[in-house]
Amino acid sequence: MSAKSLFEKVWDQHVVVPESEDTPAVLYIDLHLIHEVTTPQAYATLRAAGLPVRRPDRTVATMDHSTPTEPVTTLKDIDVVSQPAAARQIKAMIENCDEFGVHLYGFGSEHRGIVHVIGPELGATQPGKTIVCGDSHTSTHGAFGALAFGIGTTEVGHVLASQCLLQRRPRTLAINISGRLAEGVGAKDVILAIIGQIGVDGGTGHVIEYRGSAVAGLSMDERMTVCNMSIEAGARAGMMAPDDTTYEYLQGRELAPKGAAWEEALVRWRSLPSDPGARFDRELDLDVSNLAPMVTFGTNPGMVIPIDGTVPAKVADPGFKKALDYMQIEAGKPLLGKPVDVVFIGSCTNSRLSDLRQAAHILRGRKIPDSVRVLVVPGSQHIKHEAEAEGLDQIFLAAGAEWRESGCSMCLGMNGDTVASGKLSVSTSNRNFEGRQGPGARTILASPATAAATAVNGAVSDPRQFLN
Amino acid sequence: MKPIIRFSSHTVVLPFDDIDTDQIIPARFLTTTTREGLGDALFSDWRYDSDGSPDPDFVLNTPAAQGAEILVAGNNFGCGSSREHAPWALLDYGFKAVISTQLADIFRNNSLKNALVPIIVDPKTHAWLLEHPGTEVEVDLEDTVIRLANGQAVTFPLDRFSRYCMMHGTDQLGFLLQQDEAISAYERERAWPI
Repeated sequence: MSAKSLFEKVWDQHVVVPESEDTPAVLYIDLHLIHEVTTPQAYATLRAAGLPVRRPDRTVATMDHSTPTEPVTTLKDIDVVSQPAAARQIKAMIENCDEFGVHLYGFGSEHRGIVHVIGPELGATQPGKTIVCGDSHTSTHGAFGALAFGIGTTEVGHVLASQCLLQRRPRTLAINISGRLAEGVGAKDVILAIIGQIGVDGGTGHVIEYRGSAVAGLSMDERMTVCNMSIEAGARAGMMAPDDTTYEYLQGRELAPKGAAWEEALVRWRSLPSDPGARFDRELDLDVSNLAPMVTFGTNPGMVIPIDGTVPAKVADPGFKKALDYMQIEAGKPLLGKPVDVVFIGSCTNSRLSDLRQAAHILRGRKIPDSVRVLVVPGSQHIKHEAEAEGLDQIFLAAGAEWRESGCSMCLGMNGDTVASGKLSVSTSNRNFEGRQGPGARTILASPATAAATAVNGAVSDPRQFLN
Repeated sequence: MKPIIRFSSHTVVLPFDDIDTDQIIPARFLTTTTREGLGDALFSDWRYDSDGSPDPDFVLNTPAAQGAEILVAGNNFGCGSSREHAPWALLDYGFKAVISTQLADIFRNNSLKNALVPIIVDPKTHAWLLEHPGTEVEVDLEDTVIRLANGQAVTFPLDRFSRYCMMHGTDQLGFLLQQDEAISAYERERAWPI
């Protein structure tokens, strides 16, 4: 038998009907994650056709995108804290899940939160699974050795109705990551460096497998941060081989296999990593030993520099000039020391407990200048409670930050948490597109450590300044 | 969906690379629960001034762009989010096709599901289209070519199944539901738990 990659194994195991020249493959989906923004039209399709949800037991639902990060105890609160359209969408999600028999991790649930945070947290995300969601950052779940990718609302309807998708097999790209990360440099810096190197369309049509010694040394939280932003390189998905770190993370979680089923799962999962000699359509090597904390300067995640570097000057490119004009950032100058208005710590990229700990480590005992608004939004209610049990909330509040309920929040500004027009934000989220955090908002992407260092100084700062 | 065989229209050009879904339709418009009516929000932050009045300098607001059904955009159009609201907004505005050198995967998939024809062309053809805004282009799904005013016919890649569905106005869900027996067999026979 020829050597197979992790991707090929997972793909092959889920083909219900093979692809031909005339028709795409019918691919079985093990886990469908849904949220309030990309499902109402899909539910409407099912309702109009009189179709049930085929596998409500393989569907995990929550509310995150347009959901408020102000406390909501009763449904009436939504009308107070949310815009009418957002409130309608949230109520529609509750009604639709109720009507179609899908369990919703909604208000009051310990596991309500960002869909890509709760999947792993519940243990629903597992190696070897096919996982989809009407959200591009579904690539996050690839950190467990799952094949996970974002889909549109029509496809959400397809999965609800058939538990399958029509798919053409993507190509593969191996990124071999070696070296040892320096202190103050983390997973966010690695993925920003990769996107900077291959570009925002460098992964188009491909599933990336991140491999190598540097990947094996990452925690699950860090692996998720890397895989999360695969889509920012245009990739269909990002994957990493499961290993003992993966299994330790999953063991005992609510939806993870138990007892004999766990032992059987382990045997299956251990067969998933790419075989020696597995072939990829493309390969790329990256040594992270000399990597510095990375920050973006433009209006896509590929426009990125080391924090101690200077903004490049590509004056001939009209798009480049447009981006710098929008950002009010000058070519040839450093970003370090640039005053900021807002710091956002959160999003499916960086809102897990270890991210909050990193930020708290720098903010502990320090004061944020009055000129800066700092918003800390945990990825799930469970993470919120874990952080509070450790006293992280008190560190954030004492420093002058806001501490909120879980959700996508200021990553995309759908729920009222926005950056005002013209204001400059340093954000641990994943997109620095024009207006992403609000109309006219300017965004610099960075790691939680860089964001926290920036919060303390009120200006773009190198987290290595706070190493002790 | 209405079947599409061929149509022609003048083009409108947005020459920038990497136009993301947040530009096509900003997130604040995604609180809708229907597919319709998103055309007014298309390219909202570029199209309107902060007081809501149309920016006369933005290409879609120019007289020449009115009625255009084909958008020619810079490389990697539609990158970013999975929001199907992006093709919905383009279609609701009146576009029927997008031409670029590369389209982001999820945007391309979403376009195919809604019969917004995603057309990828070689850099030379693309450069010619960028240099000739407003030129008349014929899109032909039968032959999978676009025909240009300079006499050139340029073929473009299109998955055979999606092409069939667009030409017949077929909803792909119907095809998928016909696979029910195979899906049930897979669920029954898989060696490890579903």
